[in-house]
Order: sequence, then C-alpha cells, then structure tokens
Amino acid sequence: METNGMGFPILSTLIFLPVAGAVLLLLIPRSKEALIKAVALCVSILAFVISLPLFTAFNKATHAMQFVERQAWIPAWNITYFLGLDGISILFVLLSTLVTILSILISWESIKNKIKEFYISILILEGAMIGVFCALDFFLFYIFWEAMLIPMYLLIGVWGGPNRVYAAIKFFLYTLVGSVLMLVGIIVLYFHAGRTFDILDLATRTYPYQMQLWLFWAFFAAFAVKVPMFPVHTWLPDAHTEAPTAGSVILAAVLIKMGAYGFLRFSMPLFPEAARAMTPVMLTLSVIAIIYGAVICLAQTDLKRLIAYSSVSHMGFVTLGIFALNTQGLEGGILQMINHGIVTGALFLSVGVIYDRTHTRQIADYGGVASVMPVYSSLFIVFTLASIGLPSTNGFIGEFLILLGGFTANQLAGVLAATGIIIGAGYMLWLYQRVFFMETNAKVTGLADVNMRELVTLLPMVILVFWIGIYPDTFLGFMHESVRHLIERVNTGGAPGASAIAKTVTEILQ
Amino acid sequence: MPLVMPDLRPIAPEIVMTCLALFILVADVFIRRKETLALLSVLGVAVTAFAFALPGVLNTTFGGMFISDGYSMFFKIIFALNVILTVLISVKYLDVEKVNFGEYYALILFATLGMMIMASAGDLIVLYLGLELMALSTYVLAGFIRYDMKSNEAALKYFLLGSFASAFLLYGISLAYGLTGTTDLGRIAMTIEQQGLAGKPALTMSMILIAVAFSFKIAAVPFHMWAPDAYEGAPTSITAFMSVGPKAAGFAVIGRVFLMAFPMVRAEWVTIFIPIAILTMAVGNIVALSQTNIKRMLAYSSIAHAGYALLGIITGTPDGLASMMNYMLIYAFMNMGAFAVIIMLRSEGFKGDTISDYEGLSKTHPLAAALMLVFMFSLTGIPPTAGFMGKFYIFMAAINAGYTWLVIIAVIFSAISAYFYLRIVMYMYMKDPKETVTLTTSPSMGLALAITTVAVLAIGMFPAKVVYLARVAFP
Repeated sequence: METNGMGFPILSTLIFLPVAGAVLLLLIPRSKEALIKAVALCVSILAFVISLPLFTAFNKATHAMQFVERQAWIPAWNITYFLGLDGISILFVLLSTLVTILSILISWESIKNKIKEFYISILILEGAMIGVFCALDFFLFYIFWEAMLIPMYLLIGVWGGPNRVYAAIKFFLYTLVGSVLMLVGIIVLYFHAGRTFDILDLATRTYPYQMQLWLFWAFFAAFAVKVPMFPVHTWLPDAHTEAPTAGSVILAAVLIKMGAYGFLRFSMPLFPEAARAMTPVMLTLSVIAIIYGAVICLAQTDLKRLIAYSSVSHMGFVTLGIFALNTQGLEGGILQMINHGIVTGALFLSVGVIYDRTHTRQIADYGGVASVMPVYSSLFIVFTLASIGLPSTNGFIGEFLILLGGFTANQLAGVLAATGIIIGAGYMLWLYQRVFFMETNAKVTGLADVNMRELVTLLPMVILVFWIGIYPDTFLGFMHESVRHLIERVNTGGAPGASAIAKTVTEILQ
Repeated sequence: MPLVMPDLRPIAPEIVMTCLALFILVADVFIRRKETLALLSVLGVAVTAFAFALPGVLNTTFGGMFISDGYSMFFKIIFALNVILTVLISVKYLDVEKVNFGEYYALILFATLGMMIMASAGDLIVLYLGLELMALSTYVLAGFIRYDMKSNEAALKYFLLGSFASAFLLYGISLAYGLTGTTDLGRIAMTIEQQGLAGKPALTMSMILIAVAFSFKIAAVPFHMWAPDAYEGAPTSITAFMSVGPKAAGFAVIGRVFLMAFPMVRAEWVTIFIPIAILTMAVGNIVALSQTNIKRMLAYSSIAHAGYALLGIITGTPDGLASMMNYMLIYAFMNMGAFAVIIMLRSEGFKGDTISDYEGLSKTHPLAAALMLVFMFSLTGIPPTAGFMGKFYIFMAAINAGYTWLVIIAVIFSAISAYFYLRIVMYMYMKDPKETVTLTTSPSMGLALAITTVAVLAIGMFPAKVVYLARVAFP
C-alpha cells in the first residue's frame, strides 16, 4: 500500500464515512426523527471538515496524483482499489462534501415521510459521488458511477413531485444504457492494454486510431447522457423538475458534472487522436445545446424546469470549453463546472425555499415576492446575476475563459456561444421580474422571509459566488499543472501516422 | 472377467445423499412434526457437503463414467446451497399452503441427487440417469399443491414437455452412439477426431438434438414455453428451487458435454447456441416487461438470465466456463432471496403474487422492502451487488473471446431488464399501500434471507474469493 502523506487514508475515509453514517442511521429507530436528521447532518459536516485538508495540503506544482491509496482488490482480474486526486478532480470532492450539507439542511422540514430512507440515500449518494471523482481504477470508477444510480433513483422516485415515477425511471434508463455501453468499452480497453484497469497506465499508451474512435463513442454514450449534451438531454428537465429540492441540488451541482469530468479524465487522455478528430462534432453539439437550451428556457412556465433547461445551456458552455482543447477553454470549462454547481445548486436551493412555503412551481403563481421576502430576493438576485455571468461574479470568469478558448479554437463557435449568454440574460432577468416584481400575487402575500437555517444554507454559496468572481486564482491555481499535462497529452498523444488520418477526418467533417 | 470393486470415494457425496433421501422418506412415516424432517434434511445436506472435502473425492471412477472434479464440485456446492435455502424457505410456507407432507423433502433431495449425478456424468447414459431422476422428482414437486388447478397444470405441462425433451436427448445420444460406438464423452471426442467425423450431417443432427434437450432444461428460447406456466403454478418454494437447481444442472451438462465430447466441432455448436442465446435474452427480457404476476415475471427473468449465462458457454474458454459457473452461484443467491420475499407475502387467504400486492410495502414492512430492493438491483446487475459481478465476468470472458458484438446485445437487454425489476421497487417505494399485507415469517425464513442478502452484498463488494474458486475449479 502506498502512503498519501496524510497519515491516514483520507480519500477512503471520505468515501466510507457517509456510508458508515448511513449504516448508523439504519440502526436508529424510525420514530426518532430528530436524531436521524442530526446524525445525518453531523456525518456530512464531519465529511466536509475531513475534506478541508485536501484544499490546504494539495501540491499545486505537479500534475501527479496526490493522496494516493492503492490496494489489491480482485487479483484474478488485476483490479486494484486505487484512489487519488489531481487538479482536475480535487475541487469536485470539496463541492460534493459541501453540497451534501446544504442538501440535508434544505430538506430539514420539507421531507416528511420516510425520513430515515431519505437521509440514508443522501449519505450513500455522497460516498458514491466522492468515489467517482477519486477512483483511478476503471473498474472501481464504474462501480461508483453505477452505484450512484440507486440512491438517486430513489430520491427522485420516492420524494419527488407528482410525475416522479416517470422522471425516475427515465433518468435511470437513460443513464444505464449509456453506462453499459461504456462498460463494453472499458472491457475492450482492458484486454487491449494487456489486462489492466489502471487509468494512469492506460493513459500513457497509444491505441489504434480506429479503436480510439469506437471507444470514444462508447464512452461518449455514458458521458454525454450524464452531462447532458444535446440530443440526449431530455431526461434532465424531467428529473430536475420532479426531484425533491435536495435531489435537484445534488443532480445539478455534482451528478451532471460527472459527464464532463469523464470527458476530461477518460475520453481525452485515453483517445487523444479521436478527441482531436471529433472536436468539430463536439463543438457543434455544444453550441446547439447552448442556444437550444437557452431558447427553450424562454418558453418555460415552471421555475424548476426553467433552471433545468438553463443547465443544458450552461453545460453546453462547459463542453465547448473542454473541446476547445486549449488552456483557457479547459480551465474555463472546469471552473464553469464548479460555478454551475454553485450557482445552479443555489438556484435550486432558493426555489426549494419558496416551494416549501407555497407548494407551487408555476411562475404565474408568483409576483411581487420582493416586497414580501426582501432578504430572500436579494439572495436570489445574486444567483441570478451569477448565472447570467455578470463581472465580479463567478459566472463571468468561467464563461469569459470559455469564450476566449472557444473563439481561439473556432471563431464561429465562439460567436454563436456568446449569443447564448445574451439569451441567458434575457430568460433569467425575465424570470426574476415575473417572480419578484410586478403585482403581488395573492398566493405569496404574508410569506415569512428566510429563516436562520435557510440563510445558513444559502450564505456559503453567496460567498463562493463572489470569491471565485473576484479572486478566481484560489481555484484556478489547482488546475494549471493538470490542465497543462492534459493538453500536452491530447495534442501530442498517438503515433504521427495516425494524426495524419485525424486531420483528414477533421477536414471532411468541416 | 474379474469383478473389480470401483473406487467409491469420488461418489461418496452421492452415496450420502441417497442414504439421506431414503432416510427422510422412511422417517416421514414415524415423525409427526414435518419441521423436524426439514431440520434433518438441512443437517444431512450439510453432512453431504462435508463429504465434498473428503480425501480422494476428486477423482474419476466407474471407468470414466463418473467424474468428480473441481467443475462438478463447484456445481454440487450450488446444488447444496439450493436445497438448503429451499428447505429453509419452505418450512412455514407448506403449512400455509396446507401441503405439509414429508415426501416433499425426500423429493427435493432426490432431485438434488439427480443434479449431482448430472454434474459428474462422464457418460451420456449416466447423464440421462441423473437428468431423469431430477426431472421426475421435480415434476411431482411442481404439482405438489394437489387441490390447486394451477399447480396440477404446471406439473402436467412440465411433465409433457419434459418428456419431449428427454426423447430428443435420447435420440441425440443414439445418433452419437451410432456414429462413434461409445457413450463415453472423452471417447466420443477421440473418435470424432480419429475418424474425421467433424462436419458429418448426422453428427450435427445429434448435437442439435442434444442442444435442444438441454435448452429445454435451462428454459432457453424457443424451448421455454413450459417455464412461465410451470413457474407460476408450482408452489413458490419449488419455483425458486426449479429456477436455480435444474438450470444450474442444465448448464453443468452443457458445459461438460459440448466441451468434452464435441470440442472438435465447436464452430458448429456455437452457431447453434448464439441465436439461442440472443433469442433467450430478447424474449426473456421483453416479455417480462408486461407481466403482472411476480412469479411469471421472475420466470421470464430466469429465462433471460439463462441467455447471459449461455454467453459463457459460447466462448468455450476456461474463463468463459468459470464465468458461467460464477454466474450460476450468484444467481442462486439473488433469485432465492427474491423468492423468499415473495413467499413471505403469501399468507392464509392471501396469494400475494401479483405485482400490485407490493404497493407501499416499504411503508408497511420496510425491512422486507429493503431486502427485495437489494435483490432487484442485483438481478438488474447494478453494483455493488453480486449480480453486477456475475454479468461483468461473463461479459469480460466473451469480449476476450472476440464476441464483443454479442456483449453489446447483452448489455442493451440488460438495460431493458432494469425496467421490470425497478417496477417492483417502484411499487414498493413510490406507491401508497392499498391494503395491509401481513407477512408470514419464521426463523428459518429469516436465516435464508440473511444468508442470501449477505452473500449478494459480500460477493458484490469482495468477489475475489468466488472468482478465484470458479477459475481454479475449471482447469
């Protein structure tokens, strides 16, 4: 076993502490609801506290994996329990631990039935999410990737809105079909590389170009569904809309990031030539997602559905930045993933706050909220503006970098993507106007403003919005080395002969 | 010719099992409380399992007619588990069904004895002997609820179609014998090679007939017609027994016969099994989507699982065979677990076998619902459950043997299967209970559920040991 320099296996602790917490919840009698909630909250806070040293102890001067843990797991198949973090994945672990706390806080009063199962699901989900970002063995990655489906399926299906059953099964099937195709790809890769699932090892080899293309698309099936990219995005609006607030928040903040993370961690370093060759396709799909998602938003009458479609648009920016294949684009893409996690997560949290009071998601049922709930309105405007990408908020930094990278890679894509921001400003401000200004709707008169618990839930997000917006280098600093290494691999990986073919394919597609 | 006493050590487990079955049959006359018989059966099977580990067990005897090797031993472990779990879930259930008769246990043991002989058969005649012993006992068990029409129908259907299959098998065997002059598996292979019989239409015919007969036993499409009716009508504990034991035995003989007797003509029998496998996965998974009776749904699910396991046979590699064996073991645990929950729902005056009976189970009986959830996800093949490991090994072996396209078909069907397994989860967790379901529980049922749940989760997270066992069992 390798040591990680922390004195204890910090990543395993992060993964299995929530799972242990879930087992502990299992033992608490159903009637002690307050105790169940308290234990769940304590476990999630403990996990967050344990994850903080990652932030401080991380060595930003190297792209190598850190906090590595390695142990034989299934020797017959040469599978190891192999964990580690680099500049690309570390922020997502921190995001996961933070978002879990907020999700538990926001559900405090809104979840009333099957409380025990709810918090067990959330905690298991947290463990699996952290596992996905830490896993460096492909098999282990797949285990976490799929295991995550079970609690999420339950979260949507059991505690969701009226159409929850449909949304839950749709979410499950879409993701599963994509994942199993990736599984086939993983096994093919395993045998081609001489029986290894070690991601770091796999990423140093060269594969035949034809094989790269096939595998790129097999992996695309899994990651594109998760992102979600156009045209496999249709599960997202349903899942987001029907999920309970906590489910929407986790889905928006962490789960859909895994698709983009998959592109960064697997598709690009493993199949550099295919990634280069497929750039035009990816950029096209991204631009379609940006504009299509934004335009659809304009027509939405449901608060959560609108934010869900805005996710499609924003994730289009992320994939655009990633497949721009240059430093600005990639760093912008990764940062925008974090930003989107914070902002959209916060927007869903905010919607949850008001939904708990009115039990309606229809925009038409609101109006004049600003005069009834002033504190809430000022918090919401921060997230609205961050979502639009106003300078000094985090959205600006991410989108600016992506547009910079996108424009360098392909001018047309850059220009088209920029229109997405304009439409974005349109639908978000219009949403704000319809909900918070105008005449006070009878349904919102007399609502109480945010209470202490809700304020505590939303404040960390406000702080992060401005922190990243004003001094992004705290976060970008983590990525520089890893991104540089990744770009190097993508641009120089593969045999010279193969890259010639790649070029012709690119030309044909253009 | 002097009579040489054959080495009896390799056949010791079968001898113990025979004595046990006969003892139970006789003891039934004297023992009033049938629960005692159940206890004795479980203990007896445990003793038999000890006989697996006796020195000198791993050998060939009766002039090669009986082979006791790692391969057969692995299957015998599955059979022993199967019979123990079946008895554990039957105890209270037979009472509820008012058919608490002692011969039930004797029949189960005889059927298991048949399976054990099948797994060890080195000769087609011995194979047939084991197969008939198993089949006849199971026919009776399927019709064990004498007053119930459906149970009678199940038995009759199973019997009629089973006899057909036996006839096919005999016809196939006689053709093979006619061509090669022997029924010994090893010698058939030798004769085919020496006399250049590969490609002869009669040999192909013989293989097709044998394949048909075995496909019937594992309920592969298009020879699955009996399965849904038999599974639905039979006592639920016997449905569980049938879906694991005879199926595993069928796979054991398929692996043995086709890899031992017909390795030279692998290309030919692979072309027989590939369409069967694809059809089996397709029909099993797609028809299961529209079932309203949970036993029927699990019947189709069991058909589908035979399709996945066939991939292991098709590869023809040691890894493929090991993956199939591994799958059978895992399937035994998860399917037994699911049936155990189904049996719990059966109570006096309440059938509890339609899917809508599961509405809101998580509210009325959270533990039972949670266990069912684990088994359903395992049957779907979602990690970290054993079902995933089983499928993963099969897919890995098949891809390694170059059948990537077949695996893509399999994973697509596997994803489709998620729909009907999750439908049960959906009914349990996402609907409100209509009526209060009372569970019929007993300590033995609890034990069976504990064993299966722990196994499903433990193999799912730490499969190394089981994989290793399956891999070394098949040299």
